[in-house]
Amino acid sequence: MNVGLEHYLTVSVLLFCLGLLGVVMRRNLLVIYMSLELMLNASNLALVSFSRFNNKLDGQVLVFFIITVAAAEVAVGLALIVALYRKRQSAHVEDLTTMKL
Amino acid sequence: MGLPDILFYVFAALTLLCGVLVVANPFSRNPVTSAMFLVLTIVSMAGLFVLLHAFFLAAVQIIVYAGAVIVLFLFVIMLLDLKEEQRRKIKLFGFVGGLISVGAIVAISLKALKAAKPGTDLPAPLLEGGTNALGHLLFTQYVLPFEVVSVLLLVAMVGVILLSKKDLK
Repeated sequence: MNVGLEHYLTVSVLLFCLGLLGVVMRRNLLVIYMSLELMLNASNLALVSFSRFNNKLDGQVLVFFIITVAAAEVAVGLALIVALYRKRQSAHVEDLTTMKL
Repeated sequence: MGLPDILFYVFAALTLLCGVLVVANPFSRNPVTSAMFLVLTIVSMAGLFVLLHAFFLAAVQIIVYAGAVIVLFLFVIMLLDLKEEQRRKIKLFGFVGGLISVGAIVAISLKALKAAKPGTDLPAPLLEGGTNALGHLLFTQYVLPFEVVSVLLLVAMVGVILLSKKDLK
């Protein structure tokens, strides 16, 4: 069976759900962040395969922008985590319950 | 089955395996291990991009993600000097609920994908995502988003500098 769009999309869906699982399950802020990166990468894979099989380059341009925004997001997020760690001495989500009712 | 198909299966298996090891590594709870497996995931995904003829994006993926983002992650992990994460009691309700909901999402999307059968009646792909074609599109049709993204990067940089100041007001 030839590898087509369906195969790439299946890999993308599985990778996205792996990232989602990490965000839901893990309790370490940094690992949650890495799982977010995994989800972004899964969407990138879907966009590139759509672009390839529709013979249009627009999807790849969108992936280019997503990579840029993800880099900016990682920089800001990690700065926030470092600032939080300075205040609380913890990078564990269960220690951060100030906004809980 | 030609060589590209075999390579697809190799890279897809490698991507998914390393993804599992990022999220749930049975041997180590150390964030550094997760970051290292994230590098492997990203590199094998760059292989998938090459198979999709997106050569420029494969290079960008390796340079930006494996080169910059993961280094930043590792830098922060070392900076925070996180101890080996002690095992806390996992809440059973959260564990089972998360597993069931994510499993349901996987089942629904895979079933939808099977029913939709995307890409069966498309012509043979001819697209080449080289630097030339992508750059041309980026500087003609998408020049405004390109400039906006540069402003976004500037804003992110200013924000990071402000956040990392010693006395946060």
